[in-house]
Amino acid sequence: MKRVLFAMGFAALIVSCGSTKKDETTSEKKAEPVAKSSKAAAVENPNGNALTPVLDAYLDVKDALVNDNQEGAAKAGGTLAVALGSLDLSAFPAGQQKELKDIVEVAKNHGEHISESEIGHQREHFEALSKDIKDLAGIIGTDRTLYHQFCPMYDGNKGGMWLSANEEVRNPLFGSSMLKCGRVEEVIKL
Amino acid sequence: MLKKTLLVILVVGIGIQFVPVPTNQNDEVLKTDFFQHIEAPINIQTMVESSCYDCHSNNTNYPWYGRVRPFVWFLQKHIREGKDDLNFSTFQEYSGRMQREKIRSVISQLRDGKMPLEEYLWMHSEAKLSLAETARLIDFFENLNTQ
Repeated sequence: MKRVLFAMGFAALIVSCGSTKKDETTSEKKAEPVAKSSKAAAVENPNGNALTPVLDAYLDVKDALVNDNQEGAAKAGGTLAVALGSLDLSAFPAGQQKELKDIVEVAKNHGEHISESEIGHQREHFEALSKDIKDLAGIIGTDRTLYHQFCPMYDGNKGGMWLSANEEVRNPLFGSSMLKCGRVEEVIKL
Repeated sequence: MLKKTLLVILVVGIGIQFVPVPTNQNDEVLKTDFFQHIEAPINIQTMVESSCYDCHSNNTNYPWYGRVRPFVWFLQKHIREGKDDLNFSTFQEYSGRMQREKIRSVISQLRDGKMPLEEYLWMHSEAKLSLAETARLIDFFENLNTQ
């Protein structure tokens, strides 16, 4: 059974390879649940939706920083803090709650700082925040495919990471001054 | 008229000295204190304590005017805000993740020369950090976060 499902998914991929790049990603999304159903999709999907408002706000902060938009980032940072505050942690297994609470506390703190800082400071908090959001998605699951992207030049060549919903790199840590610096490190799937 | 005004200022000035103000002082070093758990060279500890602890711990070393109202009210406000952001006395009460975040933030503030606060240094020249001292502190904190 597994083999048949995989073969179907694979075939879908091959077919789509001939078409444009956009089609490739959509067919990947379609193939995904099929492959997952052989594992434990029932456990992961409902939880992933719990993170939707958080990811929406996080990606809004990211987009604003890509556009060098301090005001937009501040607004989205405030929304993010609220979204994190309204996550119902009691819905998750007791063993995960402490870790989740710690992540949410720190991430919320970042959101609040982003809502009231100048853009350089916003970017520092955003970079640190990105690791927390990635950890959060690692535990809770995600409602969309996320691309963990990395720019090696950030912070005096120490490098910095962020998450994007698009594969194409648009750098929020530098904005217009280095818009395309970065690469995809990892794809976090549904 | 001038005499009356001066008299009012004097009476109010003396009067407000009797308004009680809670002090931020604590004789014992708490078990949750930063340096109770983190090994640091003594010169690093001295630097952090003399440059940061007045506003970022439960133990302020008050200046002479630190008992004089209204100045003490400004001090209390600074101390309250400072401790809200970072309290070295209760550092171990933060989660591991939050501790790393606090350290990240300390490094960033030091690097930008934002701490110790300019206004604080007007009256506390001994708390001023030279460039070399700042660099040593940044090194120390960076090592903590990469461990």
